[in-house]
Amino acid sequence: MTEPSDDALAIRAGAGDREAFAELLKRHYDRIFRIGVRVLGDTEAAADLAQEVCVGLPGKLTSYRRKGRFTTWLYRVVVNAARDALRRAATRRRLESDYTALKAPDRPGHSPENSESVWLRQALGRLSVELRTTLILVIEEGLGHAEAGKVLGVTAATVSWRMHKVRKCLRAYAVKEEVVP
Amino acid sequence: MNDEIERLQSALRANRPSPPAECQERALAAALAAFDDHHQTRSKGAVQAEYDNRRRGVWWLFLPVSNWWLRPAFASAITLGLAVVLFVAYLRPFTQLSSLGPGLESGLQEQDWEGEPPDTLSSLTGVFTSAESAPPLGLSAAPGGRAMRSLAADRAGGTAFRDQGRDRFTAFDPNPVKVTAEEPVSTFSIDVDTASYAFMRASLNQMVLPPQDAVRIEELINYFSYNYALPDSREAPFAAAVSVLPAPWNPTNRLLHIGIRGYMQDPGAAKQANLVFLVDTSGSMNAPNKLPLLVNSLKLLLETLAPQDRVAVVTYAGAAGIALPPTPVAEKSRIHAALDRLGAGGSTAGAEGIRQAYLLAEEHFVTGGINRVVLATDGDFNVGITDPQALTGFVSRKRNSGVYLSVLGFGMGNYNDDLMQRLAQNGNGNAVYIDSLSEARKALSEEATALLFPIAKDVKIQVEFNPTTVSEHRLIGYETRMLRREDFSNDKVDAGDIGAGHTVTAIYELTPAGSGAERTEPLRYQVAAPTGSAFKDELAFLKIRYKLPEEETSKLITRPVTSADAAASVEAAPREARFAAAVAAFGQLLRGGRYIGDYNYDDVAALAQDARGQDPYGYRAEFIGLVKLAESAAALAPLPSPDTINGP
Repeated sequence: MTEPSDDALAIRAGAGDREAFAELLKRHYDRIFRIGVRVLGDTEAAADLAQEVCVGLPGKLTSYRRKGRFTTWLYRVVVNAARDALRRAATRRRLESDYTALKAPDRPGHSPENSESVWLRQALGRLSVELRTTLILVIEEGLGHAEAGKVLGVTAATVSWRMHKVRKCLRAYAVKEEVVP
Repeated sequence: MNDEIERLQSALRANRPSPPAECQERALAAALAAFDDHHQTRSKGAVQAEYDNRRRGVWWLFLPVSNWWLRPAFASAITLGLAVVLFVAYLRPFTQLSSLGPGLESGLQEQDWEGEPPDTLSSLTGVFTSAESAPPLGLSAAPGGRAMRSLAADRAGGTAFRDQGRDRFTAFDPNPVKVTAEEPVSTFSIDVDTASYAFMRASLNQMVLPPQDAVRIEELINYFSYNYALPDSREAPFAAAVSVLPAPWNPTNRLLHIGIRGYMQDPGAAKQANLVFLVDTSGSMNAPNKLPLLVNSLKLLLETLAPQDRVAVVTYAGAAGIALPPTPVAEKSRIHAALDRLGAGGSTAGAEGIRQAYLLAEEHFVTGGINRVVLATDGDFNVGITDPQALTGFVSRKRNSGVYLSVLGFGMGNYNDDLMQRLAQNGNGNAVYIDSLSEARKALSEEATALLFPIAKDVKIQVEFNPTTVSEHRLIGYETRMLRREDFSNDKVDAGDIGAGHTVTAIYELTPAGSGAERTEPLRYQVAAPTGSAFKDELAFLKIRYKLPEEETSKLITRPVTSADAAASVEAAPREARFAAAVAAFGQLLRGGRYIGDYNYDDVAALAQDARGQDPYGYRAEFIGLVKLAESAAALAPLPSPDTINGP
């Protein structure tokens, strides 16, 4: 027997099928968590975010309509929740500037900090939230520009443009890094 | 070249976070609990359900009272909510506005607590102030809109937030091209709502293209008043103006333009009005631009009432209460004082308020007059009956008692159009979506008569095309109003109402037989359409069915469409038909332009400009401004339909 598709599970879950819902969560929890870590830059915040998203899903699924892929829909939900979370955090302090200052290494589930992960964290922290989110969807999650655009509510051209900016920013950062090691 | 990206890619792969197991378990357990909770409450149908989901909006509860004019519009978001409704005197200066009713729409909004505060204020203030000075053009809202957009722009993490993409609209596909030989008959209900126009305008004023499904072309067309010939008497409550012109976007095709205009009420025959304003004073209304704007809108409405009309005010927050017992409009200062005393706070017991308002309206029922509850809200009902089903049922039962409901809503961002539509189809009320004070003026004072005084109900249109002369036809818009062929003569089937002075317009695109412009390929085995019939001169046969307001049996008006109705060129067509065609083209462009080739925004603007005519209130000038805005918005990497998202 083949596994039911995400889409089929989502529709069943929306109609009240508890098992389908549990299966869906099992399949996608890691993904939700991962986006949270990348966008928020903090595992604790990401765990909170993932929980919040999961708890919100039953309500959202009731209005889930089959349009495009389930994962696209889910990314959209997660990205929006992450943005909301950042916004809330921003009312306390400007999170973007603090991103790189977040304590990173000593968190559970993380390998000890190596130079690449420091670089990664700082590089991501330097990008605006929009760029960071776009980058994660395209590079890490492997979405095409058109699909990432659907998630973000922009056109594919905008995604391409953002990826171009990402490259520029990273390059500028690399240059700076060499000058000021 | 792509070193950085590759480095990033491998770094991401090497540092892939894995969630701590206990976090995952906790989240799954919490989610399943939420799931159980959600589905349990839902299945009970109940009351609490919406509490959990209050972001989804609740207003629909109220709405509907009437059939079709209400449609929904809502919006939400940032702005405010108010609902007001209108009723009012027809007496008023309607004479020269032929108006079409603005459908009322309701806008309700739902509010999302997390995100909005800062930007709400700023954007609202912008809208508010600009609207206050009230130039007739809806463009007045633009400054505020612009501010919002810049706020929303890439500043995440910043202080500004505009709720986006939470508006819900029913998805629908544009009406397809039909082959006359296979489907000669097209049947639909009229639609005088205009919610879609207001929503589209609010969206464009923020330089964002509206989601495609938010664009209902017939509502855009019917937003405008057209100067069609008036019917002669109440016996035939409306007249149909028919014209045929070349399609501006495809000269081989023709547009069949059908315009209906309702009989104007004799100003001396105004009925007495008994209105109950039901005002949402819950905490969510506690924004500078919600309650105050609501109060101003209600005052505006008061100005259109006659001195002997009576008005009461019921508030609902944590508890519902009567803020003003029924008071003649002659005592305006008392009414103003009561409105000024309204303050916001507490949760929203919308259902309780509705009950009280209906009770009050029934106690002071004016036989033969206008009895209406006017709900003003931002739609965030979270206490009491929050089940839309229960509320709709309540409202439609009350409709039978003669008390109608109208709703005014504001806001954008998580507007639940879908629900509004459902509600709208339940009663005899109207729902209006108001995005600025100038829109409030249009809906509440200029067109109040049409809203208050239906001259015909269940108006249906059926067009039979002649296969000898028309090979294909396509109805532009009305997708959500299509009826089955047999429903046309079934008086049990509900349809749209038409008010005094309302105009309703429908446009078909026709492919003349033998023009070679058919979109469908000929078939090999089917018998060709009969040629040489006796009706060579006729393109189509138009039938309109309607009921007078107090009657249950429908009447029929028929009229053939002949070559005598045809104009040789677009320029030679009646001005009103040209303007309607421009609006139809615009709506199709916003919906993706599947059938209009490379016709573009500039062409629309030029066509509309030519057909502006008198335009005493500047609505058509505003339209042309919107076309320009849409062109800019489209150029700026537009948002695709958030529909793909259906998201949070």
